[in-house]
Amino acid sequence: MAFLEVKNLHVEVEGKKILNGLTLTVEKGQVAAIMGPNGSGKSTLAYVLAGKDNYKVTEGDVLLNGESVLEMAPDERAANGVFLAFQYPVEVPGVATMTFLRTALNAQRKRRGESEVSTPEFMKLVRDIASRLGISQEMLRRAVNVGFSGGEKKRNEILQMAVLQPQLAVLDETDSGLDIDALKIVADGVNCLRSPARSIVVITHYQRLLNYIVPDVVHVLAKGRVVKSGGKELALELEAKGYTQFQGEAA
Amino acid sequence: MKAEFRAIKTPAEQALSAAFAAARGKLPGGGAITALRDEAFHHFDAHGLPHRRIEEWKYTDLRALMREAKPLAEPATRTGVVTGLAGVEAGRVAIVNGRYEPGWSDLNASDAGVTLTELFAFAAEQKTYRLGDVPGKEDIAFWLNTAFMTGGVALRVKENARQPVHIAHVFAGNSAAAMYPRCVVIVEPGAQLTLVESFEGPVGLDYQVNSVLELVIGDGARVDHVKIGSDGEAALRLSTLGVTVGANSAYNDFAFTTGGGVVRNQTFVRFNGEGTGASIGGATLLRNRQHVDNTLVIEHAAGGCKSRERFRSVLDGQSRGIFQGKIIVNPHAQKTDAKMASHALLLSDEAEADNKPELEIFADDVQCGHGATAGALDSALKFYLMSRGIPEKQAEALLIQAFVGEAIEEITHDGIREAIMQSAINWLDARG
Repeated sequence: MAFLEVKNLHVEVEGKKILNGLTLTVEKGQVAAIMGPNGSGKSTLAYVLAGKDNYKVTEGDVLLNGESVLEMAPDERAANGVFLAFQYPVEVPGVATMTFLRTALNAQRKRRGESEVSTPEFMKLVRDIASRLGISQEMLRRAVNVGFSGGEKKRNEILQMAVLQPQLAVLDETDSGLDIDALKIVADGVNCLRSPARSIVVITHYQRLLNYIVPDVVHVLAKGRVVKSGGKELALELEAKGYTQFQGEAA
Repeated sequence: MKAEFRAIKTPAEQALSAAFAAARGKLPGGGAITALRDEAFHHFDAHGLPHRRIEEWKYTDLRALMREAKPLAEPATRTGVVTGLAGVEAGRVAIVNGRYEPGWSDLNASDAGVTLTELFAFAAEQKTYRLGDVPGKEDIAFWLNTAFMTGGVALRVKENARQPVHIAHVFAGNSAAAMYPRCVVIVEPGAQLTLVESFEGPVGLDYQVNSVLELVIGDGARVDHVKIGSDGEAALRLSTLGVTVGANSAYNDFAFTTGGGVVRNQTFVRFNGEGTGASIGGATLLRNRQHVDNTLVIEHAAGGCKSRERFRSVLDGQSRGIFQGKIIVNPHAQKTDAKMASHALLLSDEAEADNKPELEIFADDVQCGHGATAGALDSALKFYLMSRGIPEKQAEALLIQAFVGEAIEEITHDGIREAIMQSAINWLDARG
């Protein structure tokens, strides 16, 4: 069953058209990789799914479980199961990581009509995930992402994802700026979250990440639309031949 | 030919002149005090209320903002208690309607290090201290306070005070009135004091407060002073703080303002001895049409002192937040290290922040700097928080709390810091 359906999506950013009739379906339990050259609209798709403003949808729709999310604010989408792991996670000075996580988790639960998590329960949850991702207690005590290295910020995104347990996780170039050890840790973190109830969209330039997070399907994006879909072997083909073969097709 | 001329007196100026003429003989204090009052009123009368062409008062034009002068407040007709800060044990000194009210106070007499005397009794008794001889004494609001001083206290701290002292200024009248409290706090060499000063009054009354605190910090002493402005939103308050700091001492000052219609906190500090460290900061949270001006004049008269000035304001509605900070480094005050920063967060298109940092440096071997910013909440941060499921208002509240929290963190006393942080959170909750 399809969890995410993107139908003929057209999106403009500051008057510039980025997505041109993008159609994409991600099944429940599926891991879909989205690959494409710079400027093909990969990050735009990620932001549109999360609900960032100043991304103007001029045509088409985005359905989650059959329901349109385009009118929902970002927090409402999050409560409905959407999570975006940012390509460039922002630093939030003065907001403690634990406070941030707990506020987010409880806000989502409240909106879904669930009870708040107790402090001991929450502490244990975060500690277990943090240790698996190699995030120290000291990092947890700091303000969100403040003073974190690029790799630490990416791991912190995965930590948030594991705490919030989304139904749709979108990873926007989570591999950029990671060395091979960090890449393995992040991939392990994502693989732990693979489940029949969860869809994962992995946006990446390179095939490398897909050695560790093996996708069920690969979609190639060029000039704002999906130009080819296939199995995991498509990623290897792209690695060998590059994206130039698709640059003409979408035009 | 250059002629001296003054504009026609405003109704408020006329009322002040009439009030001084009527009250002069009845105001407390003996002959010496009367002479001080006369001299101060003479200065005031020659200048009138400050207005926008007076550089120091540029953004707080009292001639426009103070439409009338209220009658002098009568003594309180009831007794009451002063609400302290939640979770902070402190000896309370109540200044009600501009006068010391022992019945409202509970400063522990067993705190042997602290001596409390009513202001005019102190002025009559002591021989060495010259009342009013502090930095800031050339200011117009200071002159007005001297002319009308209604009462206050003098505190002398000989050794470490066991618990914080809280001077609470309360207006307990039923109709708008004016009060001019004056307090003197002398912290002797080597002694330590945590001093809370608070201002409160009824919400609907346009009462007027002109307060002065003279603070003398001896060599090797330590003073933590926190001023909390929770006046009613129709109130006009002018508070002058004149501080002299000795050598090798520590001075931390913090002004937290959420109340009042028009408020000016003016702080004049002079470093008289070497090796002192000072942190002077504040947080201001405003809404509606509130106008709050934090003005600093920091004079490094001796070298080798380090001062940090850090102010943050959060401005909602049509409010206006002003920061003026002047750092003066005298010719011989080498090795001065002074840094000033002021940041304003604008929550509405109609709010206004004015920042005026000034450095006047006459020594050549110093480190001085300043920075000022004003801007809206960072939309990228807000989106990040919302993308995790945090609703918009809550995301804004977290970011605003973080912004003012960085200033409030400077308060060293745990209980006071927590109480102030809670006040900031309450302000945010009321914002909805």
